[in-house]
Amino acid sequence: MAHIDEAPQAATPPDRAGAPPQGREKKLATRDRLTVIAMVTVPLVLVLALVWVPALGSVVLSFGTWNGFGDLDTIEWVGFQNYKDIATIYPPFWPAIQHNLIWLGFLFFIPTVLGILLAVLLDREIRGSRFYQTAFYMPVVLSVALIGFIWQLFYSRDQGLINDVFGTQVDWYGDPDINLWAVLVATGWRHTGYIMLIYLAGLKGVDASLREAAAVDGASEVKTFFHVIFPVMRPINMIVVVIVVIESLRAFDIVWVINKGRNGLEVIGALVAQNVIGEATRYGFGSALAVIMMLISSIFITLYLRNVFREERRG
Amino acid sequence: MSTETLPADTGPTPSGTGGSRTPPKRVEGGVMSKPRGIVVTVIVALLALLWLFPLLWALINSFREYDYTQANGYLSFGGWTTSNYEEAWTRGNFGLHLKNSLMVTIPAVLLTLWLSSMVGFVLARFSYRFNLIMLGVFLAANLLPPQALLIPVFRMFREIPLPLFMSDSGSMLNSFWALILVNTAFQMGFCTFVLSNYMKTLPHEIYESAELDGASVWRQYWQLTMPLVRPALAALATLQFTWIYNEFFWATVLIQQGDKLPITSALNNLRGQFFTDTNLVAAGSIIVALPVLIVFFLLQKQFVSGLTLGSTKG
Repeated sequence: MAHIDEAPQAATPPDRAGAPPQGREKKLATRDRLTVIAMVTVPLVLVLALVWVPALGSVVLSFGTWNGFGDLDTIEWVGFQNYKDIATIYPPFWPAIQHNLIWLGFLFFIPTVLGILLAVLLDREIRGSRFYQTAFYMPVVLSVALIGFIWQLFYSRDQGLINDVFGTQVDWYGDPDINLWAVLVATGWRHTGYIMLIYLAGLKGVDASLREAAAVDGASEVKTFFHVIFPVMRPINMIVVVIVVIESLRAFDIVWVINKGRNGLEVIGALVAQNVIGEATRYGFGSALAVIMMLISSIFITLYLRNVFREERRG
Repeated sequence: MSTETLPADTGPTPSGTGGSRTPPKRVEGGVMSKPRGIVVTVIVALLALLWLFPLLWALINSFREYDYTQANGYLSFGGWTTSNYEEAWTRGNFGLHLKNSLMVTIPAVLLTLWLSSMVGFVLARFSYRFNLIMLGVFLAANLLPPQALLIPVFRMFREIPLPLFMSDSGSMLNSFWALILVNTAFQMGFCTFVLSNYMKTLPHEIYESAELDGASVWRQYWQLTMPLVRPALAALATLQFTWIYNEFFWATVLIQQGDKLPITSALNNLRGQFFTDTNLVAAGSIIVALPVLIVFFLLQKQFVSGLTLGSTKG
């Protein structure tokens, strides 16, 4: 008995003592511990109070009706009625969903693909590569709302360049059949450079020997990209997907400056705002729209975080 | 992927790698065969010109008289004037709105960097069990659509009173404080992520010797770590300045008092109800774009590396 008990006891203490101090796990002095707590708590309180508590608040409010003027006890709880109403008797909802999806599809298939292509081309030794890069990402520093104004110079019915050149009379921002596309082109102008920039950074991190090996094997450039570079770029591809989805879901600024998201430019983000600062304040209804946005985004946020955490654990 | 964990090296540094003076550190995407290279260069060059055109067009027409372009069309030459700028400046009241923008942006950037560097430091310096959750809480907040939080935030701010010397609206609504705090809360995620990754690349030995010298945690953060992460802070400051200056959604919904609007949301002043003079709008757009364009041209390297710092890891 004694023999068995003693063995592990004898073995462990010297082991522990001999181990190098695990610097990161060391006990801190009380003052230092308080410092650490304060350093984390202040930012944490801010993000909880202004992001997470409101997120929860939106979920709760979405089950009631409230004009926002009375106290909290004037809220009438109606269960899923707001959601039902949104899907059945709220005319702008389905067009908005459709527009957000078109937004996503457009951003993904045109500016994103173009941005990636440009990144791949500019990663090579092209003369003046730096100048071209600057040209493509200059729009990235401009606000989307401002871009709406700048493109008015092309789209305006009476004073726009497009109508001037082609002798047409199209109201590019006003006609509900085409204004979405006009807006998307303007948005794409900015989005292309953004994607190019991110992708270019990723490409710089690709091991050159991979490419050399592929070249030695006689793989064509296109083949090398799709079979060698693209798979290695998986984390960046993931980020690009998340950015495109989140950006299309958040779409707001440019439609708000044009017509506050009506008449062909309905998007979910604008519908939420209309229910709060529009003529009618319908907090419950607006919150239900907000929750729908949150649910969609949470899928992609989870994907993104999983990606980050995997890297963190590895690192 | 060891190269990706060294943020300092990953950013494309257009000003550094482009010239022929510096020998390329690695084989770039490879040199193309000559004819194909020329075709590609021509296409890229044309696209680049196309990309520059909208801003150039705005710049050109901001210097032209409305009457002249109306009479002769935009495809004419002449009618040069600077009066659009004078009129835009007074009619848009841009002096006031620019001041508003700076009063929101500068404190928000400083606060964001300060708070997120503290969290980043704790995440990088210690390995607590809650580290990943913490990172998740901040990062996810950065990605949530702001519209999804609008109603509770709006209502909360209306209820929070502020003394009149802090805001003449008497509440958080219509105050700069609201915009500063909201922007900070949203942007902390990205900055925390970037900074903690950056701090993790610092050798751990420096902290061991600091501890031997009896340096407190606060001193390790403020006097040891902060000076070492200055490049990352500079990059993030540039990026955040642009983002918060450009921020439109919160400014539109939380500020309803016209004289408090930041400059991006004030551009609407130039649009008449029935008639819009696009040359005037062009001048206004250039004025609004100028601060970020200046930052962009002066600090392009910082801007680019700030963006890429966040994307190359994770």
